[in-house]
Amino acid sequence: MTELLGPVLILGARSDIGRCIAVEFAKAGCGVILAARDVASLEADVSDLSLRSGVTARAVQLDVLDMDPAAFFDRLGELPGTVISVVGLLGDQAESAAQPATARRVMDSNYTGPALLLGEAATRMEARGSGCIVGISSVAGDRGRKTNYVYGSAKAGLTAFLSGLRHRFAGTGVRVITVKPGFVDTAMTASMNLKGPLVAQPEEVATAILKACRGGGEVIYVRPVWRLIMAIITHLPEAIFKKTKM
Amino acid sequence: MTAPARRPVPLAGWGRFPRADCVQSFARDEGEVRAAVLASDTLIARGLGRAYGDAALNPNGVLNLTRQARLIAFDAATGLLTCEAGVSLRDVVAVFAPRGWFPPVTPGTQYVTVGGMAACDVHGKNHHGAGSFGRHVAWLDLMIATGEVRRCSREAEPDLFHATLGGMGLTGVILRLAFTLIPIETQAMRQDTVVCRDLEETLQAFESRPDATYSVAWTDCLTTGARQGRSLVYFGEHATRAELPPGLAEPTVRPAKRIPIDFPNFALNPLSVRAFNELYYRRGVAGRSYVGLQPYFYPLDSIREWNRIYGPNGFVQHQCVIPPEAGRAGLKALLDRIAARGAGSFLVVLKGMGEGGADGGAGPLSFPMKGWTLALDFPATAANFSLMLELDAVVADHGGRLYLAKDARQGTSMLRGYPELDRFREVRAKVDPNSRFRSLQSERLGL
Repeated sequence: MTELLGPVLILGARSDIGRCIAVEFAKAGCGVILAARDVASLEADVSDLSLRSGVTARAVQLDVLDMDPAAFFDRLGELPGTVISVVGLLGDQAESAAQPATARRVMDSNYTGPALLLGEAATRMEARGSGCIVGISSVAGDRGRKTNYVYGSAKAGLTAFLSGLRHRFAGTGVRVITVKPGFVDTAMTASMNLKGPLVAQPEEVATAILKACRGGGEVIYVRPVWRLIMAIITHLPEAIFKKTKM
Repeated sequence: MTAPARRPVPLAGWGRFPRADCVQSFARDEGEVRAAVLASDTLIARGLGRAYGDAALNPNGVLNLTRQARLIAFDAATGLLTCEAGVSLRDVVAVFAPRGWFPPVTPGTQYVTVGGMAACDVHGKNHHGAGSFGRHVAWLDLMIATGEVRRCSREAEPDLFHATLGGMGLTGVILRLAFTLIPIETQAMRQDTVVCRDLEETLQAFESRPDATYSVAWTDCLTTGARQGRSLVYFGEHATRAELPPGLAEPTVRPAKRIPIDFPNFALNPLSVRAFNELYYRRGVAGRSYVGLQPYFYPLDSIREWNRIYGPNGFVQHQCVIPPEAGRAGLKALLDRIAARGAGSFLVVLKGMGEGGADGGAGPLSFPMKGWTLALDFPATAANFSLMLELDAVVADHGGRLYLAKDARQGTSMLRGYPELDRFREVRAKVDPNSRFRSLQSERLGL
């Protein structure tokens, strides 16, 4: 068991998963910094977290598409012990396939923006000698599929980036954790009407991340069955894969 | 951003009867509630889905508030807690009991939202003294059909305030509310168990201890004759620090077990219920004990999804209240009918209630009123539906009524038990003339 490194900075704190992570870390006694584009909308969450757990909580403005991570961390005024990126944008695959601007937005929101921010945080943590980086990637990045390959390719990029960071910082005090939640019952997936054993609740994702930050693993599938499913999907020969509908 | 068209999802209440495919959306803040309210011709708010029947079902639109669950403020001088409607009672207890505060009124499960507690004007084992939940609500913010938000209290918009307490979500969506927690010294309860051999002894036990903070009875509904209505009556008090035996200051919380599968439909039958009742009654030991808050208030929460023991067809809870004058005769008549059919109910809860009406904190559609309340669970079978019609007749004959939060099947004639229904309808018509807020229950009953 490793000690939790506080405070925790949550990038994309407005999301369902982001809110649950904040509650879990606050419950564990960790100070919380919430970052999202609409910082005013985070006020209610800040008072909720302080009331629930008596921890220090604050909110900061972040536009993931700014692409200036150094400026963001300079403004922050402190280097958090843990940085978790929950940023993501599913987008509409048909629109992404037809409109380069839409596709780029999906790619930047899921890959370029989060990767630059996490990379900057990790570099600063290396100088300090300790830190924990968590990136929420996706099983969609394990193999490109026709139903979501723009989103999936960006998540694949993030997965590879995190893997590289982990490799680079192996043996240092900086840990890098990749989370592939599988289906999660959130606003992002509300229109899919997900249900059943493959679907995790956002609270479960938060608990899994907390456990990982305490030393329980570096590549996390929230529901273990997804590891098996994706192992099968990624190993399907291309000839067979092309005939599937997923 | 326009949300894509949603496929309906199968939803049900806690009794898993009836089920309906409903278009469900989740709101995280006031803006999302407004968007959902204005986007749907009809809809009903839903919390954790613990109302037993069809009160939180509407195929056209169910607005789930469980993701709108932030604590807003707490005043440690007065105990006033302000929070969003989707906050669960479980969170309230988990956060505030260790700090010496407890909900003023709690139902038998903590898996409810505070918004749902207000909309159903729930009661607990302390109703005879504390009234229903509504009495402790200082104010609430209600979004009405136009998307406008009204702050309602006893001073501002009192009619809308009272109609919303117990109003089953039909006046609008409760966004946030403030209610007063009570101070507690420890997280332990002092419980006195009294073994009563028949119905009369049971009722006298309640009457002999009107000052007990909490009281409730488990009743055997299958014994007849001299043993009819035998019960274990439980009285409870929040234990003080001084009285607590050493080592009990921090009662342990055991993780919840889960019912992993639906029991087959034949698992519950008169024989198994009779055997269970016999064992349970004999296990009851008269005297005093100390228990934790969780096992005292929420014994069934330790078995997650216990509703699955009634099998895939679900079950119905029949909870009535009968005024005190007619209470003895009424309860006896109810037990007679149940025993005659041999239709056992595992969970039979009997309790004396205090004043209802505005004094008890309640609104025109609130369930509690002075008298005796009896709650019975029945698997959803044709035989039990016909038995419940007989029980309805007994309740109506004795001037009683049924609890809307439990109801899945009562007929409109039972609404005579709610003499202030017209007053409720007037208030509702003013704020929601087209009945945008409606549920399968409100349509079934023409509320």
